[in-house]
Formats: sequence, C-alpha cells, structure tokens
Amino acid sequence: MTAAAALAQRPPRLGFAAAGVDGWTLGALIVAGCVAIPIGAVLVLAAGTGSDIWGHLIDTVLARYVGTTLGLMAGVGAGTLIIGVGTAWLVTNFGFPGRGLFEWSLLLPLAIPSYVIAFVFTDFLEFAGPVQGLLRELGGWTSPRDYWFPEIRSLGGAIAVMSLVLYPYVYLLSRAAFLEQSVGMMEVSRSLGRGPWRSFLTVAVPLARPSIAVGVSLVLMETLNDFGTVDFFAVQTLTLGIFDVWFNLNSVAGAAQIAGVILLFVMVLLTAERFSRRRQRYHGQGRALRRAVPRRLTGFAALLSTLACTLPLALGFLLPVGLLSADVAANLELVGGRAFLTSAGNSLLLAAVAALVAVLIGLQLAYGVRLSGNRALKSLTRVASLGYAIPGAVLAVGVMIPFGFLDNWIDAQSSRLFGISTGLILSGTGAALVFAYVVRFLALSQGAVESGLERVTPNIDGAARTLGCRPAGVLWRVHVPLLRGSMLTAAILVFVDTMKELPMTVIMRPFNFETLATQVHQFAASEQFAEASPAALAIVLAGILPVIILSRAMRNTVHIDTRAEART
Amino acid sequence: MKKTISLIAAAAAMPPVLGPGTAAAEEVNLYSYRQPFLIQPFLDEFTRQTGIRVNVVYAQKGMLQRLKAEGRNTPADAVLTVDISRLDALTNAELLQPVSSPVLDRNIPAQYRHPQGHWYGLTTRARIIYVSKDRVKPGEVASYEDLAKPHMKGRVCTRSGKHVYTVSLIASIIEARGEKAAEAWLRGVKANLARKPQGNDRAQVKAIKDGVCDVSLGMTYYMGKMATNDKKPEQKKWAASVRILFPNQAGRGTHVNISGAAVTEHAKNKANAVRLLEFLSEDFAQKMYADQNFEYPVKAGVEWHPLVAGWGKFKSDAVNLDNIARHRATATKLVDRVNFDG
Repeated sequence: MTAAAALAQRPPRLGFAAAGVDGWTLGALIVAGCVAIPIGAVLVLAAGTGSDIWGHLIDTVLARYVGTTLGLMAGVGAGTLIIGVGTAWLVTNFGFPGRGLFEWSLLLPLAIPSYVIAFVFTDFLEFAGPVQGLLRELGGWTSPRDYWFPEIRSLGGAIAVMSLVLYPYVYLLSRAAFLEQSVGMMEVSRSLGRGPWRSFLTVAVPLARPSIAVGVSLVLMETLNDFGTVDFFAVQTLTLGIFDVWFNLNSVAGAAQIAGVILLFVMVLLTAERFSRRRQRYHGQGRALRRAVPRRLTGFAALLSTLACTLPLALGFLLPVGLLSADVAANLELVGGRAFLTSAGNSLLLAAVAALVAVLIGLQLAYGVRLSGNRALKSLTRVASLGYAIPGAVLAVGVMIPFGFLDNWIDAQSSRLFGISTGLILSGTGAALVFAYVVRFLALSQGAVESGLERVTPNIDGAARTLGCRPAGVLWRVHVPLLRGSMLTAAILVFVDTMKELPMTVIMRPFNFETLATQVHQFAASEQFAEASPAALAIVLAGILPVIILSRAMRNTVHIDTRAEART
Repeated sequence: MKKTISLIAAAAAMPPVLGPGTAAAEEVNLYSYRQPFLIQPFLDEFTRQTGIRVNVVYAQKGMLQRLKAEGRNTPADAVLTVDISRLDALTNAELLQPVSSPVLDRNIPAQYRHPQGHWYGLTTRARIIYVSKDRVKPGEVASYEDLAKPHMKGRVCTRSGKHVYTVSLIASIIEARGEKAAEAWLRGVKANLARKPQGNDRAQVKAIKDGVCDVSLGMTYYMGKMATNDKKPEQKKWAASVRILFPNQAGRGTHVNISGAAVTEHAKNKANAVRLLEFLSEDFAQKMYADQNFEYPVKAGVEWHPLVAGWGKFKSDAVNLDNIARHRATATKLVDRVNFDG
C-alpha cells in the first residue's frame, strides 16, 4: 500500500524511534499479543507428548476427514457466495416487489445458530417428519424402501443448512461495498457496451472483492470451527476428528495438532486470496458518491428477483422460526420463569460487553496496521484473528491454560510474599469469558473495521495530517465518523455471535451461571429439542433487533459518508 | 492498553454476578457432566438435609482441561459424570483424590468403585438391543454377536461408533473375546447396517418404528424417557414398537456402564464433598437419582422405578469397569479401521 507506506515514513515522535515503533504501534502490538496468546497455547498443546495419532489417522480416516472438510468448505463457500452476493446485488441495484423488506430481512438468518437450524431441519425433513409424511400420503407409500428422498443427515444437508445461516456475512459485506460503489463506474461499463450481467461480473464484483473475500473467509472459518452441525449430521470432517482424538483417544495434544492443521488451511487460503489481489487498490474516488436510482424491474424479471430473495429468507429464517415457535408453544412452562429471565439477562450482558470490547480492539488493531504498516503488527493481528477458525471447545482450553497459569502464579507470589492466598482471580469469571469471546470473534470486528478502512483513501489521512492532525485525532475526527457503519457492523456481528456461542460459554462459565445458550445446550445435549426450543427462540429474537438496526444504519451510511467526505 | 483496561473494568464491574464460586463455610462446588435438570432435584434435597449449598457448573467437553488449568487453586470439590471412560481419564490425569468411607463401601458394590476409592459409581445403565415387536422373531437375536450374523443384513441401526457408549461396548467385547474377534464383530455389524450410523439411541428406536431397520443398540434409560414423554407423545409410539432385549444372558451378560462421582485432588471442601457422595449412595438419593433418568441404582435393595422393574432382571457383564476403560483407545482405532461410521 503505497500511501500507507508513505505514512509510515513520517518522522516518529515517541521514544521507540530507533526501532521504528511508535506508541500506537506498541499499544496495538501488546493487545494483539494478548489476544494471540490462547492461539499460541493451542499450538503449545500440539507440541505435547503422547500424541502418536498420525500414523493411525493416515492409515485410516485422514483422507476422508480432509476430503469431507474440503467438500464442505467448497460447498458452503459457493453457496454463501451465490446467495450473499446475488441477493446483495439485487436489492442494491434493482426495484422489485418486496425489495425494501428484503434489504434488512435478508440478514435475519444470522440470528439463527447453525446447531438450531440443523435439528429443526432434520425434524422437518426426515422420514417421520411432515414433508415425507405428506409425500407418503400422496404417493401411497409406506416404507422408506418405496421411494427416494435426499438424506438430510449428509454432507449435502450440512452444506445446505450452513449456507442458509452463514450467507448473511457475505450479503452484509458485499452489500456495504455495492452501496459505496459509485454509479459512474457502472455507467461507464454500460456505455462501453457491456450488458448488466457482464458489468456486474467484471466491474461491480471485482471492485467489491476485498469485502466479499472478508465475508467468505468469515464463512469458511465458521464452517471449520463448527462441531454441532457436522456431529449432528454425521459428516466426518477434521473438526469431528479433533473431538474424536481428544476424547476417545484421550489425546488433547493430538486434538490440538489437528486444530493446527486446520489453521494452516485457513492461513494458506487467506494468503492466497491476498496474494492474488496484491497489486490492486480499492479506494473510493473520494468524491461525493452519487447513488444509482435502482432500476425498476417488471414482469418475469421482477418475479424472479422476488423469488430469489424470498427463498433464502424463507428457508434460513421463517421456516426454522416457525418450527421453533411450534415447539415453544408446547413448552410454555419453560418460558418466563426467573431462571429463564436471568439466563437472558446474562446472555445480553455478556454479548454487549464482548461486542464493545471486540470493536474497540478491532479498531485499534486495524488502525494500528494502517498507520504504521508495521510487518510484525500485521502478522500478529492476522494470528490473533485466527481464533475464529478454531473449534470453541479447543480454543477455550487455549484460554483456560494461560489464565490458570497466571492465577496460580499470582497466588504463589502472594502466598510467598504476604502469606495470603489469592486463589483464582480471573479463571472462571465473566471477565475471562469476555476475553475468550474477543479471542474468538476478533476476526469479525477487526475484519469489518479493516475492510471499511481499506475503502477510505489514504489521501484523507494525508490531508488531515498535513493540516496538523495527530494520528489519534485522524482516527477520532476522520475515520470514526466515516467508519460508523463498519463499526456498527462489527459490534452487531460480535453481539449476535456471542449470543449464539456455545462451547466456550459452557466450559468457562462461573458456578451457577446460565445463559440462553447453556439452556439450549443442557437439553440439546440429549437431543431433547422441544425442551431446548424456548431458549433457542429467545437467542434468535434477541438477535433480530440488532440485525434490523444494523440494516437501517447501513442504508444511511452512504449519506454519512457523503456528508463526511463533503466536509473534508 | 486502553482496551486492556476496559477488560479489567469489565471484570471489576461483573463480580457480583459473575464472580467465581468462593469457598464459604458450608458449600460444595461441583463440576457436573450431567445436566442440571437431572441432578437439581436431589442436590436441592441434599441442601435441605445438610444445609450445605451446592454450586454447579455443567459442562462436558473440556472439563478435564479446566480442572487441570486451574490446578491446585481449583474451586471444584467434586465431579459428577457419566461413563467410566471419563472417570478413568480424570483418574489418569491425577485430578482425583482417593476417598475412603464406610458408607460408600457398604452401599456401592466393589465392581462399581475404584479399588483405591478415586471414583464411585452411583447408577448403572445397560447397553441393550431394541428389537421390533413386529419384525423380529423370538430367538433371532439373543446376543451382541447375533447382530453381526448374515441373517441380520440390512436390519441393524446404531448411533456413531465413536460415541462413548459404542466405544465402551466394543471395549467390553475386546476384554471378553480379544481384539481380533472384536474387529470381526464390528465388520459384521457394519455389513448389516441399514443406514450410516447417526443420531442418538432414541433416533434408532424411531427408525425401527419407521421401518428403516429392525434392531438397534441402545441404553435402557432411553426407553423410559420415550415411554413417559408427554411433551412429545409420538415418542410413546416409538417405544411401543420395540421391546428391550438383554443380550448375552446365556453367556457373559449384558454390558453395563455407570454414572459416578469423585472428589477432586485439590478439594477445599473435602468433607462436604464426601458427604455429598455418601448422600448420593443412600437409599433416598439412589432412588431419586435412578428414577429421574430411568437408570439402575447401584445400592442393593433400593426399589427400581416400576417401568424399569417391568423390563425384568438381567445378568450383567461382571468385568471390572477399569478393564473396559483400558481398551478404549484400541476400540476407537478399530472403529476407524473398519470405517464403521463411513
């Protein structure tokens, strides 16, 4: 990045001049280092002894684990790309019946945990479910040997349900990019004789590529960390292998090694994506953006567009919520009790604090990288964001080990020096849990902020600095107003994901502490889904409001940007 | 740095709600692998009788690592768990301490407790075969071995070979007949599967009801849960479509596993923890604990739930559960070698 490099060459003002490290960079390095510790702890675990699992795995299941994992990633990647980019393009550029509604409601599946949609769909589509029941009645069949129906508990099934709840990441980020694209580019393309489809594929999509790439990589990381769905669907991925090695072969080191292999997967993928667009820049022109008036569609095209937006919404949100609600109706006594309300309160509090902390840290790191272009910081930030690709239970172990070590060290020192035992100060507290969420979800907040920052031309930083603004001032007076949309996106993604987060919450929580997710877990663990439904529905409902806020805010972002840019 | 400070501020703001369980005078801190809705009723009763408050964290994956990371300062005094493999893993990681108590020794048969008192079994559950009332003729299936015979082709359902229950069963076959025979058996069962292993034990009974298969492996307690399920009355129909067959009654007996409890190595409230274990081994809690989940009390003479009693008495495999835990890794690797879940 040439401009960023130019910024980095400014005269350093703080005492780290010799090392070329200023206060901002140093602060960011420390924070990124802290967040990266648990990931390091997982890798240290992997170096442990008693993990001679690879010979056995290579001889037996490894090829299948890897094949299935790649298949799942390819399927979910393609699925979310098509649904996410396609619907984002439609609602941003065309007018058709329901567009205003789809604009925000297409985000709603984000609120549905994939472990919930998995069991809901299985209930619906399996042999004893209503769909096959109806088919049997119509066809006069009686046994499963009489007709063919796709098996929902399969790789295909896993790809379908995961795509349906994960596409909003791609939708969200690509829509933000499309909204910020100047209509001029498309007009130029069209006037040069390219049709709408070719303009979309050769101009709009390539321009939105950094955002789309962030969206898809978030999806793929989430796909890799998921255990609930693949376990439920009996799809043998590497993630399933982690837990098999951990608990059945009793080798946490082996489990950490497989997690390390997954991280390697992710890093190769991310690096390849970045490498392939290393010579490209994606800054807006820095002029007032003129939004295109959506082109009104009529007839068949309008119908098709409405249908294309209805499908993911109906399958990814309306159907699961409808089915959940039916189960809740049968379990009303579990709703509204004190335990339930306390759980809901705890979930909301944790999610809000985690969102706030994650966004601040994401902003600090993304801006730190932009400001200094410091290689070490860049790499450390990338490593710190990898927590999203590690299964929650494994990452939790990575968080618990350093906390336990620190607590026991403090206790030992205090006992030695003052004769007072401090016990565990941080382990098993809400603070440790919030830290764990930040480690897990930094990729969301940092990614959203970074992709927002990337679209702000460095000339703005340059201009502000020329006018005498210091780096913190540039961030506060220029970027924060410009990034309001991105920061809100980051906060809401982390909020909703924390609400849904299960494995870390379950294992790291304090005594007698329940959240909505742990309520779901205690029933879902024994496949008592009806009893799990009230808490599951509450998680979904709690996610809806922020999602709507986010979507409204996004529509206004463009105006904010325009005003801000007009001011500069 | 500002962010680190806000983390600490968050920590400072939260303790009233989220602080760690601290060791007050009359408390016992429990890490439980069993769900709150199962154990809360008798924990409440324990508090009522003794005045000792029970604090609980319910979790499964990572519990051992949490205990390990917390080390000598762990707040946990006792662990409540299912399946011998988890108790064995905790014992091997040196996270449990030996306890000796005349009450526990009197109430719990030697077969279901650790020789040095590292853990104590509280209830047992039998790994049985569910057979279709309509489609399985008497005598067609009488043992685990029968599931691998050619006449069962396309008629068998089971959950994943990697599930803790299946692995323990395979380990018991390795213990009884050796690894070679166990592998041949597993291959035989795999060849007879009606569908890829999936779902839990309950899902297999549903599959029998639906006609997908005729027999399945399962735990006894699922039968009770289905037969009494008023929330999902359709499950009563699933239960009604099968009967319980206790395998290997003519030979070594049916494989049973336990749920159990143990005192942690660094328990601060050891006396209270032992009291809790003793309470759980006495008639009142034994009946309540077993009835709650349709399991068998370990203490002799405790009345069984009428439904459980209705399934009849049976001969259980008398092998020491420690031996089964020992074959666990071998059993797991067998499942991979046979590609049982593939």
